Parts: sequence; C-alpha cells; structure tokens
Amino acid sequence: MGFDRIREKLNILADAAKYDVSCASSGSDRTNKTKGLGNASKMGICHSYTEDGRCISLLKILLTNHCIYDCAYCVTRKSNDVQRAAFKIQEVVDLTINFYRRNYIEGLFLSSGIFKNADYTMERLVAVAKKLREEENFNGYIHLKSIPGASDELMYEAGLYADRLSVNIEVPTVSGLKLLAPDKKHEDFTKPMLKVKNEIVRFQTERKIIKSTPKYAPAGQSTQMIVGASGETDKDIMYSATYYYKTYQMKRVYYSGYVPVADDARLPAIGSQVPMLRENRLYQTDWLLRFYGFAVNEILNKEYPNLDMDVDPKLSWALRNLHHFPVDVNTADKRLLARIPGIGMQSVEKIMKARKFRRLNWDHLKKIGVALNRAQYFMVCDSRHWERRDLDAEKIKGMILQTSSGKFRNQYSNQLSLFN
Amino acid sequence: MNASITLIYDGSFNGFLTAVFVAFDEKINVADIQRNGQCQNGLFSDTETIFTHVEKAQRVWNGIKGKSHNAISNVYFAFLSEAEGVEMMLYTYIQKLMRTQTGKYLDYSDSTVLHISQLARKVGREKHRMEAFVRFQLTKDNIYFANIEPDFDVLPLISKHFRDRYADQQWLIYDVKRKYGIYYNLDHVEMVSLNLREVHFNKVHKSDAFLSEEYDYQTLWNDYFKSTGIKSRINPKLHTQHVPKRYWKYLSEKKAS
Repeated sequence: MGFDRIREKLNILADAAKYDVSCASSGSDRTNKTKGLGNASKMGICHSYTEDGRCISLLKILLTNHCIYDCAYCVTRKSNDVQRAAFKIQEVVDLTINFYRRNYIEGLFLSSGIFKNADYTMERLVAVAKKLREEENFNGYIHLKSIPGASDELMYEAGLYADRLSVNIEVPTVSGLKLLAPDKKHEDFTKPMLKVKNEIVRFQTERKIIKSTPKYAPAGQSTQMIVGASGETDKDIMYSATYYYKTYQMKRVYYSGYVPVADDARLPAIGSQVPMLRENRLYQTDWLLRFYGFAVNEILNKEYPNLDMDVDPKLSWALRNLHHFPVDVNTADKRLLARIPGIGMQSVEKIMKARKFRRLNWDHLKKIGVALNRAQYFMVCDSRHWERRDLDAEKIKGMILQTSSGKFRNQYSNQLSLFN
Repeated sequence: MNASITLIYDGSFNGFLTAVFVAFDEKINVADIQRNGQCQNGLFSDTETIFTHVEKAQRVWNGIKGKSHNAISNVYFAFLSEAEGVEMMLYTYIQKLMRTQTGKYLDYSDSTVLHISQLARKVGREKHRMEAFVRFQLTKDNIYFANIEPDFDVLPLISKHFRDRYADQQWLIYDVKRKYGIYYNLDHVEMVSLNLREVHFNKVHKSDAFLSEEYDYQTLWNDYFKSTGIKSRINPKLHTQHVPKRYWKYLSEKKAS
C-alpha cells in the first residue's frame, strides 16, 4: 500500500473524527517497565494545538467512516454523500507507533463508524489496541470508543488494553434521540457504560487485595453531548450530565457546540453559527457542579431553564441569591468562599492559607488573583471600604458589565434592553 | 566586619552549591556570586575563585532537601533560568530557608521568596513545553534527532521524561542556543556537543541526514494537523497563545513548507 493511499485515508478519517472534542491524555499512570515504548503522563501533554485552539494530544481517527446508521447530526451518516475509507488494523498501528516515536502524540484515540454490526466493529477496535499493547510493547495512552450495543465480553476486553473508554450519548434527551437517530435505542448507549463502570468498580476493589490485578481502563470513561442540535434547554443538558456523572461515574462529560454538517429540516441550517458561548457557559456550570459544591438545581431549575449568556453562571446565581452576601473572606468557611463570584478554587486555596498569617485586605486579594470587579459587590475584607449601597441585582449586573469586556459581547449586546 | 568578597564559580550547578558551602563554612560576607567569564569586579570587594567540589555540593543539596522538597526543586529550577543575578538571590533564599524551623512555611509576601518561586514556575512551564514540542526526526543512523531552542536551560530537566518514555530507541535532543545536547544510547543518557553547520530544514530545504520516509511521516503529520482543525471555529489568537510563535520553526506542522 503506497504512501499516497495512506495519506488520502488519513485525511478522510481524521477529518471525520474531529467532531469528537475529547482529547484528554490525562488520568492514566501506565509506566514503561520493560524497556518498551512509551508511558502515560498523569497530567497529560498537549503536543500541539489546532488553529481553533483545541489541544492535539492524541492521534484522533476513525477506523472507518462506513456506517449502517443514519443519525441526522453525524457527518458520516449512511445517507451523506462523502468519500468513504477504511484503515487496516496494521496501518493504524504503524501510524500510531511512528507518530509516537517522533513525539507528535501521547497516544491513540480510535473511533469508528459502525459497519456490519456493533460487535464486529468493536472487535476491530479492540484488535488494534491489543496489537499495540502486546506486539509493539506500547505503553502510551489509548482511548477507545465503545460502540453502542457492543457485548459485555468485548467491553471487558477493551478495558484491559485501553486507558479510557467512552460512548458519546450525543443527544441529551431520549425524545431528541428518537427524532434524530431513529435506528438507535437509548439502552444501546447505556449498556456498555454500565459494564465499564461495574468493571472499574470491580477492578478497584480487587486491586486492594491482589496487587497484580490487570489494569482496567485506568483513566475511566467519558461521554459527549451535542449542544444546540435538537432544541434542548440548558436544564435538559445539565440534568442528564449530572445523571451520567452519578450513575456511571464518568470522569468527564464533554459539551460540543453543534457544527452544522447537513441540510436537514430537523437541524440548524448549514452556515449557522456554532454556539460557542453556550458551550462555554455549560462547561462553567459543569465545573461549578464538580469542584465548587453547587447542586444542579441551584443553577438550573423550572424558573431558570437556561443559563444567562451575558454573565457567568456563578455570578448569575449570586445575583438571584443576594441574601447570602456579603461574605467576610477572613472568616467564611471554604464552601462559602467558593460561592463568591470572581473567586476561583485556586484563589480559595490561597486565601485559606494566607489568612493564617494576617487578615486580608483588597490589596492582598488583588495579588492573589481575585477578579475584584465582580467580587467587590459580594464580600467584605479587612478594610473600611466596601460596597455599602443597597444595590439590587440589575444594578450590580449593569455595573459589572460596564467595567468588563468579553469577546462574545457583540453577539448578545444588541439583545440587552436599554432601560434596565 | 569582614570585607565583602565576590565568589566566582564555574557555571555548573554543583559549582554554585560549592560556593554556597564555602560561603556558609567560612562565614564569608558575600558581595556577589558570579559565573566564570561573566564576572565584574566590585569596587570594594575581593574575588575568590571556587573550585567545584561534588561532596560539598552534595551537602548543601541534602541540607536544602532536608528542609523542604519544594525548596530544592525551586532552587534547581530557578538556577536553570540563567537569569541575571539569580545566584545572589538564591543565596539569600537559601539563607532565609535555613533560618526557618521547618522550611515549610515560607512567607510569600517576601520579595526574594516570591521571585524565586516565580522563576522556578517559569522554568517548569518551559520544561513542560519542551516535553510537548520536541519533534524527533529519524536519521539514517537510526537516531531520533531533535533541535530545540528553549528559553531556559531545561535539558537536564527533561532528560528523565524522554528516557522513561523512549527506552527502546536512540535519541538525541540538541539545544541550539546553548550548543549541547543529550543523547540516549539505549542504556543511559550522556551529554554531547555537535558541530552543526546548519540547523533549520523543512520539506523543501531537505537535509540528507534524514531518511525519505522521515519526510513522508512529516507530511502525514502536517496533513493530520490540518484536517483535525474545525474551520468554523477558527481562533488564531488562542492558537498562538498555546503555541507561541518563537517555537514554530522547530514544529514540523508549523514551519513554512
């Protein structure tokens, strides 16, 4: 097989895989014990960045873009008229090894269109990982896609070779799934997730007794949801994300703003803007839930089914709950500190340490890195100056917006009404 | 009061630690610590040349490490920054550290302590970048070769990472700016110096030291780099923030082809 053919295939199959946003190579601690090739870096390494600013850490390709399904949101759906190609197992192995040896990548991210049936496809994916591990003595990072509907036996085998497994749920609601991907059942997605979760739990308990228990997906599992394809609210998205974090112990849920790839009445038209700001707000919410101790129903509920676009979710929560503020940074406990807008978890840690030495004033907080333009309305510190006026939420919001700038501001500024 | 003395060392880390040892041992009133070849005599101070002594250096190393693991890595990283006057600042830092009871709670409102930790952080960032941005090219002698030009002298820091990762291939990473490299011969890493006439090659201006297969893989990688970006989300500012332009000439996906 000539170089030109490989090149053509790589172009087709990398292009088709780019809509998977996950490129994490962190969380695994596989070591290179036998003088083989590669190891996994616990914190992950981004070897380059695409021109849209996303990290390139793994060789992210499809094994094939032939697919028996016809999901409306997907670029490789059966009815789409695109060039099709398929890699041989050996070709993927060679590419991975040669890229890895040149320090281009941390490892392989292998996904695939579904040909024949789920198990047949999954078998091929597992075969690639197995070959890399056993024949090439490769200890780098491997991320495999779990194919919806794959059998438990294959999922077990996949976890033995891969560092991370993921199934993309893509459409956050069951009704949306019926509309956009009529041939897929919701259970097909959750079955492999459940198997992987149970195996990880089993591995972790057995590891405590028998040290040599073979590793099972040490970097856990993740999933991805498309945002803005099926008219779902932010509440729908975040509630199902919470469900997946809880039920399947996901390491990460990714949110991917829908990039229009098809002319379909059920979807936004080609050329419509990618909802990047909304995606950003969803990630902010995700962080609030995972690291800041917020509960999902505090941020999104029946009254507020969507996130504010002009301010971040924490500030918007604070504006709705002014009765919790102001907070005294020199005495408040960690949980409360984390809820002040403009103070992130890093600042919280620094404040907790620094206030053992002395009472903190505005200058200290500024040096620590607190965003005072937001925080000043919600806190008091060791200073006679603090916000004494009895401001209401709209006033505060207006003042904060006036003193800050955002790169998405032009997208929504015309929607703000003048007399608020 | 003793007259102040400027200590001259050979530029190595061990040499610096020896100087610190001598200064503590002989209770010298240190005016400055300077690298051999870059020294400037002070008007009112004598100079003393320090001969590197590994055992003395080891004692200082262990002494700092005994106080705090964080401090020893701060000292080493900050030393590698090669910043002007960093030696004297490190000497003050070590003095302050030795005065503390446990070494744990250094006051970060102190300007020396803050500055050393900031320098160390900068060097650490460069180390991480080099682990990412090294691009090996396979030579005809079957050695994976890479040029780098880091802001700081990070080769000693990245050696372990590459040794652990590429244990089954011969590789050489060469610092173009400091004119030395590290070479792994399948057993251990050694320092080498090379006589390179030319440093920069690309797909058009090829070097005959590399296999043609090497350029094929570079083409594949460049193609991959292009096809994995999403055009409708393009964001050049964010891109250059992550991949600063000064590194582009060593990245096969970014250098002019």
